[in-house]
Amino acid sequence: MENTYKPYLMRIERAIDEAPGVKTFRLAFANDDDRARFSFKTGQFGEYSVFGEGESTFCIASSPTRDGYIECTFRQAGRVTSALARKEEGDTIGFRGPYGNIFPIEAWTGKNLLFVAGGIALPPLRSVIWNALDLRSNFKDITVLYGARSVADLVYKQELDEWGKRSDMKLVTTVDPGGETADWKGSVGFVPAVLEKMAPSPENTIAIVCGPPVMIKYTFPVLEKFNFTPDQIFTTLENRMKCGVGKCGRCTVGPVYVCKDGPVFTYRQLQSLPAEY
Amino acid sequence: MTSTTYTLTHDNLNALLRALVAAGKQLHAPQRVGPKVFFKPVNDAATIVFDYVQTAESPKSLLFPKAEFLVSYRQNSEGMVVTDHLQKEIPEMILFGSRPCDAAALSRFVQFFADGHADAMVTQRRRALTIISMSCIASDPACFCTSCGSSPGDTTGSDLLLTPISNGRYLVDVVTEKGQSLVAANEALFEQAPTIVKDSYLATVEAVFTPEEITKRLATSFNDPIWKNASLRCIGCGACAYVCPTCSCFTIEDEGNDRTGDRLRCWDSCAFALFTVHTTGHNPRPTQTERWRQRVMHKFSYLPETNHFLGCVGCGRCSRACPADMNLKEQIIAIAELLPAIG
Amino acid sequence: MQSLQHKAAELLGSNRASVVIGYAEGSDGRVRPHFARTNDDAKALVWDQRCKQNLAVYLTKHEIKEMGPAAIIASPAVVRTIVQMASEQQFVRSFPITLVVDNDQVTELNDGPSLEAFATSHPVLFPSHVTKEVEDLAAMSVADRFAFWQEEFSRCFKCYACRSACPLCYCTKCITESNQPQWVTVAPHALGNFEWHLNRAMHLAGRCIQCGSCTLACPAGIPIALLTIEASNIVQREFGYQPGIKADAPAALSSFRVEDKEAFIR
Ligand code: SF4
Ligand code: SF4
Ligand code: SF4
Ligand code: SF4
Ligand code: FES
Repeated sequence: MENTYKPYLMRIERAIDEAPGVKTFRLAFANDDDRARFSFKTGQFGEYSVFGEGESTFCIASSPTRDGYIECTFRQAGRVTSALARKEEGDTIGFRGPYGNIFPIEAWTGKNLLFVAGGIALPPLRSVIWNALDLRSNFKDITVLYGARSVADLVYKQELDEWGKRSDMKLVTTVDPGGETADWKGSVGFVPAVLEKMAPSPENTIAIVCGPPVMIKYTFPVLEKFNFTPDQIFTTLENRMKCGVGKCGRCTVGPVYVCKDGPVFTYRQLQSLPAEY
Repeated sequence: MTSTTYTLTHDNLNALLRALVAAGKQLHAPQRVGPKVFFKPVNDAATIVFDYVQTAESPKSLLFPKAEFLVSYRQNSEGMVVTDHLQKEIPEMILFGSRPCDAAALSRFVQFFADGHADAMVTQRRRALTIISMSCIASDPACFCTSCGSSPGDTTGSDLLLTPISNGRYLVDVVTEKGQSLVAANEALFEQAPTIVKDSYLATVEAVFTPEEITKRLATSFNDPIWKNASLRCIGCGACAYVCPTCSCFTIEDEGNDRTGDRLRCWDSCAFALFTVHTTGHNPRPTQTERWRQRVMHKFSYLPETNHFLGCVGCGRCSRACPADMNLKEQIIAIAELLPAIG
Repeated sequence: MQSLQHKAAELLGSNRASVVIGYAEGSDGRVRPHFARTNDDAKALVWDQRCKQNLAVYLTKHEIKEMGPAAIIASPAVVRTIVQMASEQQFVRSFPITLVVDNDQVTELNDGPSLEAFATSHPVLFPSHVTKEVEDLAAMSVADRFAFWQEEFSRCFKCYACRSACPLCYCTKCITESNQPQWVTVAPHALGNFEWHLNRAMHLAGRCIQCGSCTLACPAGIPIALLTIEASNIVQREFGYQPGIKADAPAALSSFRVEDKEAFIR
């Protein structure tokens, strides 16, 4: 039997400063056997660790279509993320995973995909977006609405440029009123309001929504207004986690383990859960 | 397996325990510390006690130590090396004197860790452990095993179950292969016996609720006002969870520096204010009301739904240990009365 | 008992208190904390020798504070607790209505001076075995004392019942939970337990009002009050400071006087 809690050793291949306090690491397996047997699907997460400091939970922000490495994006907040932020290219950290359920992207074949993201919550969607773009012919229209408090807070700026230039997808970026700069070309306004103006059609469409709780709270009603059913809306939940595998008891929402039964839920599933997140 | 029964005299039981210690086996048995009884490693079989209703702490630490190494790490000239504690051999252990409810609890505990994403550590420890339980001939008012799927003579989870019968003898139920081999290895001490009905020797513990009924009532109770009053005197210590044989929550912590150290898991409890708190400061269970609800719901509603067993065996330890007298049996009976029956 | 129930009903009836914190009959001959909010609740209040748990712990509990002004039935230890908490600025606007019972006579202590006077005239009384244990420990050699605590702490699993039961451990985030930096090792192994108990004892030295609730709460049967009782004894001996006696006394270990006998402090 295997020790679930033994981390893979990962080398930081690239470290990118995304926004104030937000970093992205590209991580490569230090051990070739580990690389060979590792696989994941979009939506899954892992436990990233700095030895001596502890583990921290976040999603795998890269697409499973990109082989040989994983990427993660994190905001420096607690002890472990602060220690991670001090790590540099070439340093070694720990990773165990992948854990949790997945975005059922295979079931979305032939559908339009509407991504709605806010702030630091783009990473889980970035994984699906790239996954979908890499399998572009499987889907119809792909639309991404992404907002942050200010221009500086937008993450993946380079990729946003790239997505903006692509003709096979539509990107709308927005910043909260007052967060714009002189040369800002995107929208100004809160994500739910911008979404409302976009008047999305629910026809053959899946909406994938990730963002801070307030954004989520006001975005679902907009989608409902345009007749999206709760089964057409997907999101991810975050709760405090330790084990990642349904044992430590920390992440539960009623009978549901976010780490094991989630982190991906439909809005319909959320409606049947107590508000314990 | 339960077909073979033996009897054993008290003297021969003592001889058996002495032989196990002499053979260098790690024997854990009830011993007195002040007014309380604890499972402790035995150096001298004479310190083992038999006259207790229930130990203060459960025997779960044999499967789930209060602090357990998961991995260790060390930076050498080639880079970081992570060693896996699972690969280390666990010495054979014998648990003596667990109650039937304890053994039943440990079997649920093992199942919980084996279900889904298996936790090898607990499974490995169970494999190294032989459980010799002792039926209950006495109970106290905190006990409610018969309401939680166990009973004073329940063989579930034990390898051997001894029941004190007349004339300083014990009836021996051989429950598993492991129990059988322990008997076989010490054959001279045991006597073959005809099947003896042990019920008349056992303590009587009145069933006070049916768990299925409680689970059904709890299903819709999440937003019920009962939780606030029920939890008013709870001070949010983790005593209940730490003495409980089925509570399994833990935290994972690193000890050491960036070059060398260990990653451990340590017991934790949903009673603690900071158990669920996010890094942002947001707490999904902000007051003791939600935390007490979680304790009851997890044991009597969620676990039956997700893992098909009750998270409580009615050992009564939490009630005896609670500094605020949050009597669980009483609370569950009250739930049966306060919450409407559905369907 | 009747006059107590009567008094509680009167306080609730006149809306001077929204809740009276006291004890009621519990399970199997025990008493348990009881929060009387109605006349009927008040009839369940009891007061006798069994009432040992320090109820002042509930004065800082969110769900109780939310009820409104509180009255509390107080043993001398609880009175000392309230005085000590007051000296640590734990009561912003006013004291809780403190009810002391003597020969079925109920007296209200509502201000600093009356609480102080009561605390002074009711010195700490330990059960004789506690006095003896404190003396025995103090008489031990350092090595023996170390061995004693090592054995006792070996049973500690860090449930923190001792901390939760202590009304003076009111911090919303204990130093044991701070991890930037990690002051106290989290794990309940030999080192982690020593660190925890040293910290606890030091944080309560000169603040422990010697009620013994921590020992009563400990499910592992560790007589941990002995540590803080002795720590407070030492503070009293060295600094002439006794906790729980003066509501405006500066804290013994976190205030400073120019005439301090230790030279390093100047
Ligand atoms: S129920 Fe009792 S033992 Fe459990 S946390 Fe509350 S006060 Fe502590
Ligand atoms: S919840 Fe209480 S009675 Fe039930 S198994 Fe745990 S300690 Fe025993
Ligand atoms: S959630 Fe609470 S009741 Fe359930 S196992 Fe964990 S500590 Fe015990
Ligand atoms: S109550 Fe006892 S077991 Fe719990 S932390 Fe305190 S000393 Fe340790
Ligand atoms: S993170 Fe441990 S149970 Fe979900």
